[in-house]
Amino acid sequence: MSAIIEEHHHDDHHHGPAKGLMRWVFTTNHKDIGTLYLWFSFAMFLLGGTFALVIRAELFQPGLQLVEPAFFNQMTTMHGLIMVFGAVMPAFVGLANWLVPMMIGAPDMALPRMNNYSFWILPFAFTMLASTLFMEGGGPNFGWTFYAPLSTDFAPPSVTYFIFAVHLMGISSIMGSINVVVTILNLRAPGMTLMQMPLFVWTWLITAYLLIAVMPVLAGVVTMMLMDIHFGTAFFNAGGGGDPVLFQHVFWFFGHPEVYIMILPAFGVVSAIIPTFARKRLFGYASMVYATSSIAFLSFIVWAHHMFTVGMPLAGELYFMYATMLIAVPTGVKVFNWVATMWQGSMTFETPMLFAIAFVILFTIGGLSGLMLSIAPADFQYQDTYFVVAHFHYVLVPGSIFSIMAAVYYWLPKWTGNMYDETLGKTHFWLSFVGVNVTFFPQHFIGLAGMPRRIPDYALQFADYNMVSSVGAFLFGFSQLLFLFIVIKCIKTGKKATAQVWEGAHGLEWTIPSPAPYHTFSHPDEVDLKEAHG
Amino acid sequence: MANDATYESYYVPTDSKLPIFASLGIFLTVFGMGNMLNEMKAGVDSSFGSWVLLIGGLVLAATLFVWFSKVIEENHAKLYSDQMNRSYVWGMSWFIFSEVMFFGAFFGALFYVRFFVVPWLGGEGNRVPSDYLFYPDFVGAWPMVDTPDPTRFPGAIEPMGWYGLPLVNTLLLVTSSFTVTLAHHGLNEGNRRKLVGWLALTVGLGIAFLICQVLEYQHAYAELGLTLTAGIYGTTFFMLTGFHGAHVTLGTFMLLVMLFRAMKGHFKPDDCFGFEAAAWYWHFVDVVWLGLFLFIYILGS
Amino acid sequence: MDKAKQSKVLVALSLLLPSSVVHADWSVNMRQGVTDISRQVYDLHMLIFWVCVVIGVLVFSVMIYSMLVHRKSLGAVPADFHDNTKIEILWTIVPVIILVAMAIPATTTLTAMYDAGNSEIDIEVRGLQWKWQYTYLNDDPTKEVKFISSLLTPQDEIKNEVLKREHYLLDVDNELVIPINTRVRFLVTSGDTLHAWWVPDFAIKRDAIPGFVHEAWTVVDTPGTYRGQCAELCGKEHGFMPVVVRAVERAEYDTWLASKQEEARLVYETVGKEWTQDELMVKGEEVYGRVCSACHQKNGQGLPPAFPSLVGQGLAVGPMADHLDIVLNGKAGTAMQSFKGQLNAAEIAAVVTYERNAWGNNMDDSIQPREVNNMMSTGQ
Ligand code: HEA
Ligand code: HEA
Ligand code: HEC
Ligand code: CUA
Ligand SMILES: [Cu+2]
Repeated sequence: MSAIIEEHHHDDHHHGPAKGLMRWVFTTNHKDIGTLYLWFSFAMFLLGGTFALVIRAELFQPGLQLVEPAFFNQMTTMHGLIMVFGAVMPAFVGLANWLVPMMIGAPDMALPRMNNYSFWILPFAFTMLASTLFMEGGGPNFGWTFYAPLSTDFAPPSVTYFIFAVHLMGISSIMGSINVVVTILNLRAPGMTLMQMPLFVWTWLITAYLLIAVMPVLAGVVTMMLMDIHFGTAFFNAGGGGDPVLFQHVFWFFGHPEVYIMILPAFGVVSAIIPTFARKRLFGYASMVYATSSIAFLSFIVWAHHMFTVGMPLAGELYFMYATMLIAVPTGVKVFNWVATMWQGSMTFETPMLFAIAFVILFTIGGLSGLMLSIAPADFQYQDTYFVVAHFHYVLVPGSIFSIMAAVYYWLPKWTGNMYDETLGKTHFWLSFVGVNVTFFPQHFIGLAGMPRRIPDYALQFADYNMVSSVGAFLFGFSQLLFLFIVIKCIKTGKKATAQVWEGAHGLEWTIPSPAPYHTFSHPDEVDLKEAHG
Repeated sequence: MANDATYESYYVPTDSKLPIFASLGIFLTVFGMGNMLNEMKAGVDSSFGSWVLLIGGLVLAATLFVWFSKVIEENHAKLYSDQMNRSYVWGMSWFIFSEVMFFGAFFGALFYVRFFVVPWLGGEGNRVPSDYLFYPDFVGAWPMVDTPDPTRFPGAIEPMGWYGLPLVNTLLLVTSSFTVTLAHHGLNEGNRRKLVGWLALTVGLGIAFLICQVLEYQHAYAELGLTLTAGIYGTTFFMLTGFHGAHVTLGTFMLLVMLFRAMKGHFKPDDCFGFEAAAWYWHFVDVVWLGLFLFIYILGS
Repeated sequence: MDKAKQSKVLVALSLLLPSSVVHADWSVNMRQGVTDISRQVYDLHMLIFWVCVVIGVLVFSVMIYSMLVHRKSLGAVPADFHDNTKIEILWTIVPVIILVAMAIPATTTLTAMYDAGNSEIDIEVRGLQWKWQYTYLNDDPTKEVKFISSLLTPQDEIKNEVLKREHYLLDVDNELVIPINTRVRFLVTSGDTLHAWWVPDFAIKRDAIPGFVHEAWTVVDTPGTYRGQCAELCGKEHGFMPVVVRAVERAEYDTWLASKQEEARLVYETVGKEWTQDELMVKGEEVYGRVCSACHQKNGQGLPPAFPSLVGQGLAVGPMADHLDIVLNGKAGTAMQSFKGQLNAAEIAAVVTYERNAWGNNMDDSIQPREVNNMMSTGQ
């Protein structure tokens, strides 16, 4: 627990950051912590991406050439876990840290010391998780969904560390989200009502709510595993009256809201960027807020669409099918809103806008394949094939990841005070755009043709598209090193940015100088609400 | 709401060494625990894990102690505005909400096994000749004392009844909810004797509850054959009541700290967040118990 | 380049690109399959696919038009319209209508799939790490046909040492055989962890869950061999447990079943009867030589440290229960695998008896197939 401390002896409280490495370890500044989260997330993205490249290299051709099946499974598992919990979620928390206080005119997060605690748990948790790869018996090999009993009775010993790593991530996320919710509810500048907040803040408010609701459930399910493994309980063992499918229900009660946790902040980012570069206000602010809330509500009641093949009773099957299909409606509202915002705007296509537009198109493709998956009888053919892999990479890579890239390009001048290199940025965009589609589009085909996921080797008829997909993966992967280069170059040598940075940008964060001073909005009267929304 | 508040000027916090030590502490705690559990399972005799666990726990406890002391100190130095105090209030409420969801997962598991899994295992809805079922002799009834596979999960002799200790415990906790409210009244009236007296009684009731629970567990193990490994009935019984017990322990500890603080005169009617937080937590723990009493004890036996 | 060199290069190239060798069933879409249900599923799939394509095309054309025309470089001036209740209601209602239109056929198909009805043939499908066990249920236990179906593709194809043949990874030693135009019910379950039994051409995918039995059914109308794979991560060899079903004319099925039942009857008799020590030793030697000697060697000395010796030490001269246990269940994480799926009860009883009494091991005890069978069927 912590607080905003009045430093009575300090007249000029606009003191800068401390010096040296310890600045980052001890900091309570939301901007520093945001930066930490973002760099950490990028490191995890490279690590998880490297695992993905191992997968794609093995799948380049049929036959086993690089890795053993046992190790392949560890790669798949760690790739999924690291990308979801290490790359996407911390990146959004990083954005929230940087942006939420600046957007609502707050001096910092509500509980700054706890904020630092939330971050610093993560490096420990992921070090512990990654180190399992070197343990006897290998790392987790049961998929990122870790279905029992493969993850209990049949698991390697390292599963214990995996469980505790998940506990740590959960603690970190819950504390982080409490911080976000409290900041938004309690620290808005005088006069800013909820319905005046930028959409990014709204989406994060709802995301944080989802996190507080479902991370404890994830903690619960891993605790049940721990008990089954070490204390002889029978949660997931029919011999004692339990059921492996119980695991899946509890897991997906967490897991489905989790996928919206990874997309709602992305919606917020895109809703900020498109109006800026279309130079036109967002078409339907209120309906965006209601749509986001509906998606969040629905996300709690659709979880078993991941379990259509486990043999649920017909009534359950139908219910989960209908409920899942409904999500298309509020999501459609969002897509249509973005299109209507672009319509008759005055558009320019800087890198953030390119990523945002690609987001809308490619996310919609992923969403539509999601809709196909929600049709239960058809899902009998899709489930656990590469069609599912294609679906979720379309919503996650050109979805979440592209939105994060868009956000970084968009706010980088505000963070660093320097412009990034536009030519390089566009190059990065086009390489990524082509790479992503070459990687994941063919996976729809091999999935429909019948290739199961999580296999290290495959039948010959899937060979061609797998090869294409692998080539795309390497193209996309190595393009991200260019991104790293662009960011570093921007920090070191970019030309100075103005306060508003983008011609069409509106919002409080654009009223303060670039780079944003170490402390902003320390006095409520520094906030000029007229600029709050555009 | 932020809008109708009066705004003092905002100030920013300084750096803090506390979080990194807390991170290190919690990491060592779980790492040591993991190591210990794995060695136990593998039958290896090594004390490495338990040492790491101990050190981690100490680091964490010490850090949290300093952390809370610091917060209290800052509060006494009048550093907190009303707005900042509201952050704590919100923070605690959302934390309790997360706890509700944590218990929700276990209650959900209980309902699912009770209403679906156990009947299925007993053959309900199965259109298969019974000798092709895994457990032809198993009868799916609740409370489930005989397990499908008695070689691995021996089952219990008898389920836990709701009268006796559980009923006593219910009375203890319900009473304690009243006493903590009376303590609050005392606080509001500025009557420190009333506050301290009722609070001390609350702590006493909490401890009494825990003692009864230990006795109940002994009874379950020794006389009812009801254990963690007795199959899903034992599993859900001990996990739910056990987690609740852990929360009672934490709640009692919080109240105890508040008792000391009250004796030192820390609280005023308009400045008593620590006490209120502990009281809310206590009410939450109480409500969970009522759920347990209903679903585990009364409807479960 | 001379001929020899040329052909060497060719071979090298073809090894590099095994994909260019065979193109079995090259396809980019779902299979229509060979049952009424599978065709319904296919139609449903195509329906929702085209609905999605149309929606996608509409949305993207509007976007692309806007991107081409409403750009600042062309002098576009931003309009100022927002929040139009009419259009917002419209774009909420229309999707709902589309969804309802999709949900109706989906519900019909799903209901049909769930109607398992009265089947003529019941087959238990049991997933085991990493093979399938099929049991043709029969009220008369002497007629119960039961066999294991596991991957046939040899290791050297998987390791890229020889060219991969047709049906690479999709071939098994014992196919499941069913008659066409007959209602067959599958009772899917598992003996260890989760698996999923998937035959794309029947549109059947059912998770195999230890402790529980779930139904699926089919009526196949075209004879042929249909291939699928395990579709639920089940450990190391998850990618190597194909499902192969051969659907044949009724008459052919009946003869096949009769011969299998005859085999089953023989096994039943052998397992059921009392064996003498000598019979066990003879049978045991045969099994040992065929299966075990690859690792433990003919003389039982093994190849320590990789493969332990069984002579005068260890479990072979220890308690019978432990000895039996390692042969039945194997030892996780070592090359010593579980043999209960590969050998029948008589073979296991014989080989265990043999090991305890050969090469100078002199335990002077034996175990009857019947006892082993009891242990196997209680799943220990
Ligand atoms: C960011 C992450 C994300 C998002 C946003 C989604 C969005 C959706 N997902 Fe996805 N999903 C995943 C991540 C995500 N998913 C992951 C990771 C898995 C696999 C987990 C695993 O097993 O490892 C998965 C798996 C998965 C399954 C299980 C498949 C299986 O294993 O068999 C299903 C089934 O219903 C599904 C459905 C949906 C639906 C209906 C949506 C909807 O929200 C999509 C809604 C969007 C649109 C429909 C497009 C835009 C709408 C319009 C243009 C309006 C007009 C449209 C119509 C009227 C049709 N998803
Ligand atoms: C947000 C989440 C996310 C992201 C971003 C990605 C990104 C990628 N994923 Fe993802 N993937 C998942 C989430 C994600 N994935 C999940 C949840 C699963 C399911 C897991 C399971 O089944 O349990 C999965 C499974 C999965 C599979 C199926 C595996 C299987 O079923 O066996 C495949 C196969 O192609 C794949 C490929 C890729 C590729 C090529 C990328 C590319 O986008 C990656 C891009 C590559 C890089 C970014 C690497 C860059 C690094 C370098 C260039 C090296 C530099 C090195 C140093 C500096 C040290 N993924
Ligand atoms: C692919 C190799 C392989 C085959 C085939 C094999 N084994 Fe083994 N066996 C092993 C290995 C390796 C071990 C050592 C396991 C360990 O580490 O304890 C072992 C251990 C044993 C042991 C226990 C030895 C001891 O004292 O600890 C017995 C008994 C045994 N095998 C019997 C058999 C029988 C019977 C068969 C044939 C039906 C067989 N094995 C086939 C590899 C094999
Ligand atoms: Cu069996 Cu996967
Ligand atoms: Cu989902």
